[in-house]
Amino acid sequence: MAARIQIPRQAKRGEVIEVRILIQHPMETGYRHDDVGHLIKRNVITVLSCRYNGVEVFRADLSSGISANPYVQFYTVAQASGDLEFTWIDDEGERGSERQSIVVKG
Amino acid sequence: MKRRDFLAGLAGSFALPRAALAQVDPLDPIVRAVTGGAPVRKGKVTLVLPQLADNGNSVPIRITVDSPMTEADHVRSIHLYSERNPVPNMANFYLGPRAGKAEINSRVRLAGSQRVTAVAKLSDGSFWYDAAPIVVTLSACLDES
Repeated sequence: MAARIQIPRQAKRGEVIEVRILIQHPMETGYRHDDVGHLIKRNVITVLSCRYNGVEVFRADLSSGISANPYVQFYTVAQASGDLEFTWIDDEGERGSERQSIVVKG
Repeated sequence: MKRRDFLAGLAGSFALPRAALAQVDPLDPIVRAVTGGAPVRKGKVTLVLPQLADNGNSVPIRITVDSPMTEADHVRSIHLYSERNPVPNMANFYLGPRAGKAEINSRVRLAGSQRVTAVAKLSDGSFWYDAAPIVVTLSACLDES
């Protein structure tokens, strides 16, 4: 599962930065049928978590009410240089993760 | 009391009870699961949705909460509810003082025109909500349509 994280490359210490993540995932609702009439099993990302240098700063419980290829934008305070690491898990137990580093000055 | 204040208060006293009852029922089991029966007041939360969505499969949504986001006073979580989706609790977002700013943007699926509600839990244990109506021309597919 591919994902794209967008954060500033650099920030000042204490600055509130915008964090955006877009994950490639069908977020299958479990209410649709395939061409031969069988119900397509639900497969959505249920938990998305973001850790900043190992400390969780954001978590979301998602459901079928979130669009395919889920997009989430939130904010966090730039505290120290390091990594923002996202992890998520879907109904099939498939885990994904993606990280992006940030340089914090001052 | 100024005339302006009096009129505003008058309008509010008519508008509030009905709006409060129709939008978030603190006794609704789905909302109760989060609030534990605590009162949910209108305010602090701002929910922004387009007035009309051509396609319910991907509707941009923004939730902001008026909060300083300090250790002493911050937003713990934001819960999104839909009136008509088969899964009413669309998403829960958990924040903390490290967020710096209580704002979430995302995209939701909506099965038809309805009212969407966001409930925020603050660090002092109080609950606040906002709701926004939306007209969805083509609802998110529940079946093949």
